[in-house]
Amino acid sequence: MANTGWDEFEIGAMLRTFEGEAGDIAGTLQEDRNYTQNSSFSASVADWRIEKPVFNKDFCIDCQFCWIYCPDISIISRDKKMIGIDMDHCKGCGICVEVCPTNPKSLLMFPEQAEEEVEIANWPAKETKEK
Amino acid sequence: MAFDKMELRDIEVWDGNFAAAQALRQCQIDVVSAYPITPSTPIVEGYSKFLADNYVEGEFVMVESEHAAMSGCIGASAAGGRVATATSSQGFALMVETLYQASGMRLPIILNVVNRALAAPLNVNGDHADMYLGRDSGWIQFDAYSPQEAYDLNFIAFRVAEDHDVRLPAMVHQDGFMTSHTAQGVYTMDDDTAYSFVGDFKPMNDMLDFEHPVTHGVQTEEDWHYEHKARQHNDLMTKVPAKIEEAFASFEKLTGRKYNQVEQYDMDDADVAVVCMGTSVETAREVATEMREKGIKAGVVGLRVIRPFPFMEIKEALEGIKAIATLDRSSPNGAAGMLFNEIAGALFNSDTKALLSGYVYGLGGRDLTKKHLVDLYTELQGNVDAGKVTTPLQQFIGVRGPKLQFL
Repeated sequence: MANTGWDEFEIGAMLRTFEGEAGDIAGTLQEDRNYTQNSSFSASVADWRIEKPVFNKDFCIDCQFCWIYCPDISIISRDKKMIGIDMDHCKGCGICVEVCPTNPKSLLMFPEQAEEEVEIANWPAKETKEK
Repeated sequence: MAFDKMELRDIEVWDGNFAAAQALRQCQIDVVSAYPITPSTPIVEGYSKFLADNYVEGEFVMVESEHAAMSGCIGASAAGGRVATATSSQGFALMVETLYQASGMRLPIILNVVNRALAAPLNVNGDHADMYLGRDSGWIQFDAYSPQEAYDLNFIAFRVAEDHDVRLPAMVHQDGFMTSHTAQGVYTMDDDTAYSFVGDFKPMNDMLDFEHPVTHGVQTEEDWHYEHKARQHNDLMTKVPAKIEEAFASFEKLTGRKYNQVEQYDMDDADVAVVCMGTSVETAREVATEMREKGIKAGVVGLRVIRPFPFMEIKEALEGIKAIATLDRSSPNGAAGMLFNEIAGALFNSDTKALLSGYVYGLGGRDLTKKHLVDLYTELQGNVDAGKVTTPLQQFIGVRGPKLQFL
């Protein structure tokens, strides 16, 4: 695709999402879908990010708030269990961190180059709220 | 299909607008997304009346501007419907941004453009300023000189635009008021015959094909944009003219009415010729015949297809002509006229010895009279006799005040 000539693509400023027929696409997990190379799912936009969310599963209550609010469908959840972040498509907007209701939060923003294991080891303690 | 058919007489007395509206009915347009503007309003009004009276199975979408009208057409066309609308002048100008979207997305929308002057000063009458504004937009442009042609060219436009080797939108132009509001006899086709000429709409990459999801109107940058534009230009240059010829031939077979990319009148032995568009072609033909009685071998070349420009056909039509006048009904605003430039370009590397002069006329609906054309042909014959262009290369016809001429 990258270097094809002017006469070698389908007309119409049009791109297909899947190879072949979509079939039962709503019942198929993303990783099992036959995305084309042109689908944005096949492209990494990780380099758009300057801050990244780090997920600490020790405090997560699987409320799914982050999954609902993520504007780029980059929270990966299976059987209503939060299992991680799609770092190829997350753009580091921080909305998941903002909506996380746990104390301490189960998602926090760090600079892109921060090491996940180190940050999880130094995770902030529970805040006591003044009444 | 649950709609009624309409009984038409063999010849109906229709103006250009009603003729176009009847064509849209007979083509069974799925979606008309429109915003009214003089003088094109009766076309979409006509369609909506036919729809309300159950003569069409479709949707009429009322929108807030012409930009939205064409955007609605683009959406409906990408979804997979047969789509058309109409506009004029300021509305056309507001539509321009979306015209490029439609052609780049290769959507076979038909736009009836009832040619009208562009403000300021505000003017509702016919000239070709809006038609000229669309000529780089990647659309196919047909020009009708009469209500009959406005009717016929709509069918031809759908046939060409929807061809899967073409898939480009097309405009059908007619002159504001002079064609759009002048009732003439129009030979009709019955509903079944008319529909059979365009056939059922065959969708391509339509968004309602849920088994094959597509994204329309994608973004490309320096990596892909050029290839898409090159492809579109290539198809306009190489594929569209043949498809237009094919459609003209099928239409002649069906109705006996013959169209050509370049309409020639008395050109075979002509010494002097006028190249023009719209209703002026008919006036020029009448004058050309009268000039021949006076001993001047006059001919007329009318452009039926403006884009893709019939470069070779024009060159052929003007072969051996001694003096040519191009008539532009739009102010070039600081250049020679479009027709002057295009004709000069077509003839430049040929063996022609023709003397070429350009004229601007009829802005804002100012009449082009027979007297103007008699003078013009006489001037062309004077150029032939003198062996050179005896006037400046650009002259204004019919403008008040001192003679206006340049170059």
